[in-house]
Order: sequence, then structure tokens, then C-alpha cells
Amino acid sequence: MDWFESAGLSLIVFLPAAGALALFAVPKAREDAQKWVALLTTGLTAVLAVAVAANFNYGGSEKFQFEVSQSWIPAIGARYHIGVDGISLPLLVLSAVVTVLAVIYSWDHWEEPRNVRGFLALILLLATGMNGTFVALDLVLFFIFFELVLLPMYFMIGIWGDSAKRRIPVLGRTVTMRLYAAIKFFIFTLFGSAFMLLGFLALYFRSGDFLGENTFDIPILIALGSQNAFGSGTFAFLVFGAMFLGFAVKVPMWPFHTWLPDAHTAAPTVGSVLLAAILLKLGSYAFLRISIPILPDMAREWAPFIGLLAVIGIIYGSLACLAQTDVKRLIAFSSVGHMGFVMLGIATMTDVGFNASLIGMVAHGLITGLLFFLAGSMHHRYHTREIARMGGNQKLMPWMGGIFAFTAMASLGLPGLAGFWGEFMSLLGAYRPLAGLSLSQFQTYMVIGAVGTVLTAGYMLWMLQRVNLGEPKAEWSDHEFHDVEPTEWLAWAPLIVAIVAIGVYPRIVLGATTDAVVNLARTAFGG
Amino acid sequence: MDLDYHALAPELVVAATILVVLGLDVALPRPRKYWTAFAGVLGLALAAVPLLTLAFGDGPETRSMLGGAYVVDGFALVLKAVFIVGGYLVLLMSVSYIESDRYYQGEYYLLMLTSILGSLVMASSRDLITLFVGLELVTGPLFLLAGWRKGDAKSNEASLKFFILGVLSTAILLYGMSFLYGLTGSVTYEGIREAGADLLDSGAFRLAVLFTLVGFGFKVTAVPFHFWAPDTYEGAPTPVTAYLSVGSKAAGFVGLLLLCYKALPSVTEIWGPALWVLAALSMTLGNLTALRQDNVVRMLAYSSIAQGGFILVPFAAAAVSSDPAVIQEAASATIVYVIIYAFMNLGAFGVVIAGARRTGSTMIDDWAGMWRYAPRLAVLGAMFFFSLAGIPPLAGWYAKFAMFLAILRPGNAWATALAVIAAVNAVIALVYYARIGKTMWMDHVPEGTDTAARPVSGSLALALGISAIFVVVAGILPFEFAGVFADLAKVVTTGI
Repeated sequence: MDWFESAGLSLIVFLPAAGALALFAVPKAREDAQKWVALLTTGLTAVLAVAVAANFNYGGSEKFQFEVSQSWIPAIGARYHIGVDGISLPLLVLSAVVTVLAVIYSWDHWEEPRNVRGFLALILLLATGMNGTFVALDLVLFFIFFELVLLPMYFMIGIWGDSAKRRIPVLGRTVTMRLYAAIKFFIFTLFGSAFMLLGFLALYFRSGDFLGENTFDIPILIALGSQNAFGSGTFAFLVFGAMFLGFAVKVPMWPFHTWLPDAHTAAPTVGSVLLAAILLKLGSYAFLRISIPILPDMAREWAPFIGLLAVIGIIYGSLACLAQTDVKRLIAFSSVGHMGFVMLGIATMTDVGFNASLIGMVAHGLITGLLFFLAGSMHHRYHTREIARMGGNQKLMPWMGGIFAFTAMASLGLPGLAGFWGEFMSLLGAYRPLAGLSLSQFQTYMVIGAVGTVLTAGYMLWMLQRVNLGEPKAEWSDHEFHDVEPTEWLAWAPLIVAIVAIGVYPRIVLGATTDAVVNLARTAFGG
Repeated sequence: MDLDYHALAPELVVAATILVVLGLDVALPRPRKYWTAFAGVLGLALAAVPLLTLAFGDGPETRSMLGGAYVVDGFALVLKAVFIVGGYLVLLMSVSYIESDRYYQGEYYLLMLTSILGSLVMASSRDLITLFVGLELVTGPLFLLAGWRKGDAKSNEASLKFFILGVLSTAILLYGMSFLYGLTGSVTYEGIREAGADLLDSGAFRLAVLFTLVGFGFKVTAVPFHFWAPDTYEGAPTPVTAYLSVGSKAAGFVGLLLLCYKALPSVTEIWGPALWVLAALSMTLGNLTALRQDNVVRMLAYSSIAQGGFILVPFAAAAVSSDPAVIQEAASATIVYVIIYAFMNLGAFGVVIAGARRTGSTMIDDWAGMWRYAPRLAVLGAMFFFSLAGIPPLAGWYAKFAMFLAILRPGNAWATALAVIAAVNAVIALVYYARIGKTMWMDHVPEGTDTAARPVSGSLALALGISAIFVVVAGILPFEFAGVFADLAKVVTTGI
């Protein structure tokens, strides 16, 4: 299995891109063949990702495994350096699996203007960017993959998105949602990552002062960070701030979140799913992979601020959810809240908090991904996303209603399902943050977060009541509803199983992450 | 006087091609004039052969002639390669465009080749006189080419504006150069460098440096010397515009590189702040104005002003540092940017030519929904415009990356401030580049658009293909590429 050790990760990254190229060898009219190409490449990628997980040495999950390091741009010392550890492994598997499910779901769900080949090619390109970000161990490589997701998502939202018009008060004019959302997503993210890049370059130059030559290598920079090489002066402050901008926009943290509801609402179903399940994780993952271990002193200094934005996000997201009339927009705002819990976990700077954020990311990926699938399917059937026009869903489509209820329960953090652990552990982490951080401050955050869980339960249950319960509206009386279809079952069943499995047995995720985050907290903050 | 004919071979081949084109134009009857196009394209391709033998042959690395005034070294070779390949792409784009106008084909190729010859001379020039001769050889023919569509008032305006401002800038440049000569007693870069070190406090010397900078500022369309560019770009035939924004602009940057790094390295405190300001203004004003354009050619005109600002950024890094490594990196960043910019901008213009033929319009809104009837063109359009925006994995990212790398290396507050301005501008630029992508891919085809298939001519397709391959390959694997330029920069900056 030597080849697998060395080439496994590269295949996971580049197989989808190769599939995208292969798609264009298939004649335009042969849509079935195109679907099979996409299914086979993403399927094989997912199998490889699971194989990596199976061959992963969980005893040494703090070390990078399946590592490959090769010269790439020698002129600047950027290397093709990839690998996985306990922090990235669950996210890599999540990304590879959700991509297959997205292709399966696409099988017979096409939004106008159809163009099967183009749509599948974009999914595959996205997969390369997402998988690549989770395995990149070189800042330049990370930057490339981090940016690579922009173009496919931009086109996905802009071409296949929702053509509804909406008045934007700030602009003072009415815009087509898909166009507005696509460019807003692009500009926000690019703005963040332009500064992120400046931060990366600053680290690169400063690293030369200690090593004699400049490096973009993440493990080497982490090693420098563990000796606090970059200090806690203005330099570190600015670098952390620049990277914070890049990552916080991607998460997104309040107040950088405004692109998210628009993008989620306007995107086609599969776009929303990939956006929610994977793309949002790129930002929070980057905090754990880059910001915290490389600039631990600054992380400690910024922690109260990050925590503050996180709890604002939790409360703001929940309150905004209460005001939504559109199912998809509601789920989008719930993401702001859930990612708030993830970031609160990170802000505690403890191993418990980091673990909370990782399991929270995985759970949010599964649950919110499924919620967006459901919202998309319901939109297909009702041809509206207005909550007020739904109702009695449980009677019209018993299975669909049941899965929707299940997922909403998971999302509000019901114990026994995956969503519980992230919220619970992040509150637990906030109860005892890293030594040196203000106890009372974080305990206040904890209380606010706890209020947030109540609000979350509130809006989720209220939505469920309005959508699922009661009698169907009169306008649907002679409308025929298909309950869950085969491709939908195929796409959703794995998610449902995973939500239950992680809820009952969180060690599926924590088993991989614990050693890694304990090591992260220890090398960054000592003790 | 001993000439190294091997070293001069590329220039000689181009010069011979010019004569052949001239002869053919006289000899051939009108319906056969298209042979001049073949001759031009073929001759330019042949000129690349001696370039290869010079680069990979056994000869000396540096061949110096005319008392050191004309030098063929690694730096000159690579830039000549860029000029020849860039010129080749422009000629390919011109073939069907000029043929469809049915007049003066021969003269067109004659003038275009003369301008390319001028840029080859510039790359080798190591004294002010050769530099000036080269620069005028580049610009002179372009005055005529800009007014090519003589029935069109806009084309006449383009030519006239370009001519008047071009002459003005030349006058300023010459004035500055004459001062440089008068004060240092030398026209060679080396002589100026040696004498210039003692003239730091001379007001006249400062003025001389600033005058030459202003002269080149016009050539590279740096704000505030850019006023001629948008009108000229819009009025000139599109292939000529492509050449203006790439070939002649690159020639301007080559002149600037040679002057700043080779002739005036000791007076960085004069040109450093000046170029800092030019860079910041060009990026910001170019971008902000480009946002408001509805015509794709005008948009590209302003975008090329902004890109020129990005190309100027590394100069500011070189100016604040005395560390040879920093200066080297700055020089190589500029060269890398110029080369990548050349390919992606030519590609973008190729798309404009093809798109204008397809839709009969260069207004952005008329291109709406192009992917439905011209999917390949729409893919190429998205590719080149997003590459210009610097989105990975297309080559543009590496150009911007190298630029940021160079400007941040000195760790100087002013340099870092310029980096921040550049970062903000990179985001602004996305807005208008993305608009093209949006229009081609996301808008509905306007009523009454003629969507009948209209094949792109083979030569234009070839030009687009070459640029596209470069933009993708250099974006994913910039290594070979970047290594070569790090070496080149050493050549530019030796002796500092």
C-alpha cells in the first residue's frame, strides 16, 4: 500500500478535477454518461477518503500522516506539501462524502438552465478546492485551494440560482437575487482573502529571521509558533488581524455574515448544501490550522473578541431566524448561529473548545446540509419557500415531514443526535477557558450561548410547527405531492445515519480529533 | 566595428521580413495581398529560432556590441521572446480582422512588424540613444495604426490624440535625457550610474530624472499621464489596441526597468516616491473608472491602466531598500507581471475581437447570455477576465502574488501601505472583471440577437488557444517560469 500512502491524498484532491476535464470529453447530449463520470469520480474520491480514515493511525493523530512534500515553486520556497492529521481528517471525509451525495441528489433535480455537464463540472472543481484546502500544509497551496472554490460557487449561484427579484435598501434598487448574491459572495470572500494573503506573506518574511530562509511550510511555522517566535507585538497583531479578516468572512462571523443569507437563499439546492456543509468550514478550520498554532500569543489576546463576535452571532442568528418567512433563508441564518457556537469553542482556546468546534463543524455540515437538501426538495414540490404557504407537510408527505422533523431536532441540539455535542461542549469549554482569559467574561458568554440554545430550539420548533403540523393549506388540495424519491433516499440516508451515529457515539469524530487538539492546545499555550 | 550577427539575428530576421512584406505588397495584385499576412506571421515565427539558439547554444552568456550600447543577455532574450510571441499573437488576431477591411493589408503588417522590431531593440539597449531609437520605432508606426479605420471619426480621433500626446511625452523624455547626458557626461547606463552618484543634490539632476519618468509615464499609461489611452484604445482597430496595451506598454516598462535599475539605482529617493504615487494613482483611478464602463474595450483600457499600476508597485519596494536580494526580487516581480499580463490581456482582447464579430458590438450588455450560443468563447472569456482579476488557479494570481511578495519584503511602512492599497484594488478590480463573466454566463440573451453559428477564424482560434494554455499552465505550475525570472532579475540588477 505504499502507493496509497504517497498518492492517496493527491488523488482525493485531483481526481475530481480530472473528472471535470473528462466531462468535456463526453458529448453534450449524453447526459447520463456525464452523470456517471461525475458519480464515479466523486464516488472513488469518497472511497479513497474513507480508506485514508481506515488506514489512519489514530494513536498518533497529532502527527501529519499520508504526508507528501515536493518542490513546487522553488523560486519562493513554496512546496506541494499535503497531509492529514486528526483535525483535518473528519473534515476531509465529510467533504468527500457530501460531494458524492450532492452528485446523487443532482441525478434528477436540475434547475434551469439545466446544462448538466457545466453544473457537474463545477461541483467537481469545488471538490478539488475543498479537499485541497483540508490537506494543504503550505500557505501558498492553502491559498490557492481556498480561492479555488470561489469561481465554481460564483457561477453556480449566478447561473442556476434563484431569479427572484428583491429590493435591496442599501443599494436603493431591485436586483435579481442570483446575480446579486453571486457577486456579493465573491467580493466579500475575496476582500477577506486579499488581506489573508498579506498576512501569509508577512509570516513568510518573518520566518526567515529565525530559520535563515523564508518558508511557507505550515508545520515549520507551527513549530516556530510553539516557541512564540512571532511574539505578541504589533507585527503579530497585524498579521493575526489580516488572517482573521480572511477566515472570519469565510466562516462567516458576525458582522461579516451578510453575504451568507443571500448566497444560501439564491443558490441552487446543491450549491447551498456544499456551501453550508463544507465551504463555511474552510474558515473555522483555518483558525485551528493556521492562526492559533502559529500566533498563539495573539490568539490568546484576540480570544475575548472572537468569543464576543461568536456570541453576538449566536443571538443575532437566532433572532434573525425568528423573523424569517423563507425556509431557506431561515436555515441560512441558523448557520450563522451554529457557526457562532463553533467559533465560541475556538475562542476558549482549550482542547475541549477545539474539540467542540470540530465536532460542531462536522455536525453542522451533516445537519445543515440535510436541511438544505430538504428545503430544496420541498421547494421543488411546493414551488415556494414561503413558510406561511406550507403547513401540514407531515400529512402531505409523511416521510419528508418525518426526516424534516428529525433534522430540525438534530439542528436544535437534541441530545442523542450529532448537533448536541458541538453546542454542549463549546458551552462547557467556555465555562473554563484557557488560563489567563477572563473567567467571568467567558462564563458570561456561556450564559448568553445557553440562551442562544433556547432561542435555537424556539425558532426550529416554531418553523416545524408551521411547516409540518396542522392541516395542508387549501391551495394544495388538488395538487399531487410525491414523497421522498429514490435518489433523495440515497442522498439523505447516509447523512441521517451519520447524524444518529455521531450523536450516540461521538468518538467517531472525537477519536480522531482529541489527541490532535490536546497537542494543539499544549504546543500553543503550554500545559 | 564588429557586429555579432548571431546575437542580432532576431532583429535581422524581423527586418528582412519587413522588406519581404514591403516587396510582396508592391508586387502582388490586390486579391492576393493576403500573402503579406502569411509572410509577416511566418517571418516573426522564424525570428524566434535564433532566439532559441542564443538561449540554449554554447555561446557566451552576454554578447555586447557597439561599445556596450547594445547587449544581448538573458534579460534581453527573455523579453525579446515575449515581444516576439506577443507580436505573433497580435498578428494572428489581425489576419481576419484586417482582411475583412480589404485595404492596406501590406502596410498594416509592415508597420506592425516595424513596431515589434523597435521593442526588440529596446530590450537590448544599454544607452539612452539606443533606448530612444527603440522607443520611437515602437511608437511611430502605432500613430498610423491607431488611425487605421480612416473612415471612422473615432479612429481618427484615436490617432490624433495618441500622436499629440505621444509627441509631447517624447519631447519631455528627450528633454530629461538631454539633461542626464549634460550632467553626467555619458549616455550609457553605466556612465550615468557612476556619475549620478555624485549628483544627488543637484536640482537639475532631480529634474532630469523626473522628466524621463514622466516621459515613460505616458508610455505605460500611468495616471495622471493616461488621458490619451481610453479614447485611443476605443478608436483604434482592436488588434492594434491589443498591441498598444501589451506590446508597446511592455516596451515602456522595459525602458523604465533599464533606467531605474541600471542607470539610476543611486537616486532611488527621487524615483521611488514618484513611482509610489504613480502606482497608487494608476491602480485606484484606473479601477474606479473601469467600474463605470459599458464598452468592453474602454473597460479594458482602464483595466490596463490599473494593471500598469500593479506592475509599478515593485519599483517602490526596490526604492526603499539597499538589499540586493530585495531589489532583485522587485525587478523579477515586474518582469513576471509584465509577461503574465501580456498573455492574459492578449487573450482578453482575442475574446473581444471574436465576441465583437459574433455579436457585432463591443457593448458589454450586448454579450448577454453568450454561453448559450458560443459556449467555448464564453469559457475563454471567463478564463481571461478572471485571470486578469488574479483568481487562482489562473496565471494572474501568480503575477499578483509575486508583486505582493516583492512589496512586502522590505518591511517598510510605506511599502506596506502600498501593498494594502494594492490589496484593496485587487478586490475592486474583481467587480468589473466579474461583470463580464456575469453578462456572458448569467444574463438572458437579448431579444433579436443573431445567434447563428459564426466560426472564429483559424488564426484567431490559434491565438486564443496559445494564450489559454499559457494562462492555465503558468497558473498551476509557475515554477519553471518563476525560476527563470529570478535569474533574469540578477542580470537586470547586476552592478547595483
